[in-house]
Amino acid sequence: MTIFVDIGSLDDIPRQGARLFKTAGGCVAVFRTMDDQVFALEDRCPHKGGPLSEGIVHGTSVTCPLHNWVFDMNSGAAQGADKGRVRTYPVRVQGGRILLDATLIRTRSAA
Amino acid sequence: MEICGCNGVSKGTILDAVAGGTCTGLVQQVMALTLGGAVADAPAGMCKCTDHSHEDVRRLIRSMGLKSVPAVMQELGWKSVGGCHSCRPALNYYLLTEYPLEYQDDRQSRFVNERNHTNIQKNGTYSVVARMWGGVTTPAELRAIADAAEKYDVPMVKDTGGQRIGLLGVRKEDLPHMWADLNAAGMVSGAACSKGLRTVKTCVGKEFCRVGMQDSTSLGIRLEKRMWGSWTPHKLKLGVSGCPRNCAEATCKDIGVVCVDSGYNIVIGGAAEMEVRETEHLASTPSEDEAVAIILAVTQLYRENARYLDRIWKWMGKAGLDWIRAQIDDPATRAALVERFEISQSVYRRDAWADLSTPSETAR
Repeated sequence: MTIFVDIGSLDDIPRQGARLFKTAGGCVAVFRTMDDQVFALEDRCPHKGGPLSEGIVHGTSVTCPLHNWVFDMNSGAAQGADKGRVRTYPVRVQGGRILLDATLIRTRSAA
Repeated sequence: MEICGCNGVSKGTILDAVAGGTCTGLVQQVMALTLGGAVADAPAGMCKCTDHSHEDVRRLIRSMGLKSVPAVMQELGWKSVGGCHSCRPALNYYLLTEYPLEYQDDRQSRFVNERNHTNIQKNGTYSVVARMWGGVTTPAELRAIADAAEKYDVPMVKDTGGQRIGLLGVRKEDLPHMWADLNAAGMVSGAACSKGLRTVKTCVGKEFCRVGMQDSTSLGIRLEKRMWGSWTPHKLKLGVSGCPRNCAEATCKDIGVVCVDSGYNIVIGGAAEMEVRETEHLASTPSEDEAVAIILAVTQLYRENARYLDRIWKWMGKAGLDWIRAQIDDPATRAALVERFEISQSVYRRDAWADLSTPSETAR
């Protein structure tokens, strides 16, 4: 069973923006879409390591700021001709609070 | 043989990919299109989100009075939710140019470099470049830059191509603090990475140079102080050379001034990027004031008419130098352009760093 921890308020992230959450296992980019969906992805593009948290968010996709690779935040899969997948983490919103998978904080990620 | 130097694509890779396939003809068309052949018509839409061209979208923003990114997408039937990384920055630019006093800049539609007012590097660090008006600095400014470089362990301090000093490899969390330090020394963002007014490169000019015809340094400073902060369809680099020897390399800038004994030759449409182009002559005047007015007017004409991400040389190829010159030569049109530039600057001629440089606030 996934245990969630409260990492902040939904209002801490601008719509179509992201915030970076630092864990022992690496940086997690937490995104908020225009319609208040929240996604958590590893903050590292599989192409050249670009920080996805600095990308432009559109719909439920994000574009890497370094070379414009586009990822579907639902699956983490690269879109179009590019091949690759970025790790996604369980995240949910409850009562305006963002809850992230606690295993990220408790242990060092194998990734 | 390497065909694409950016992505390391060789001739063999292309041949392997298309060998015997049905795509051969299509690839041929792509090549013809890329190389400017008449084989295929360019796709009309500004991106996959819409079939409207840039020009159509801009015209409709104006005629329908659309004043926000969501309004444009709603009214013009965008096919995607929330656009994409290609159309959103373009729409944001068109809206802020059309409605400088009303429109609220949408930071989430900005590419990272403009959102964070620094240039992102390959490892996710940033480069910080403070403005040096006309490329002229002082011992006090140099000390402030040196202090910042030491205080924040900057891995590289480097001269830029536009007569500035770049601090490379700055950690994001240090940016607001570094900006605060540089602001305190009287310096502002160099906008070294923006689609906006970048640098005005100058030579020494007649104040010191034994062959200088006019005071190119002062003119460069004057231009930069009028134009800084303005957003343009693509980067805008200026150069002012004090004589035809052209030490400021003004004739490969987007807008250049070459000073002569009789005054100022204003040239536009140069490039020193993947494309290398010499400028073409726009106007000449004996008056420095008029030279400034002409440059502001042509900048505003470019802002209002060029497609997003077209530099002046590319816009000039579409609009035509004759048309551009006709607008600038007409006194009423020129004055109106300068006035609209100033209206926009009343909003945008301000330091982005200062807004974000409180140490508690992190730039996003």
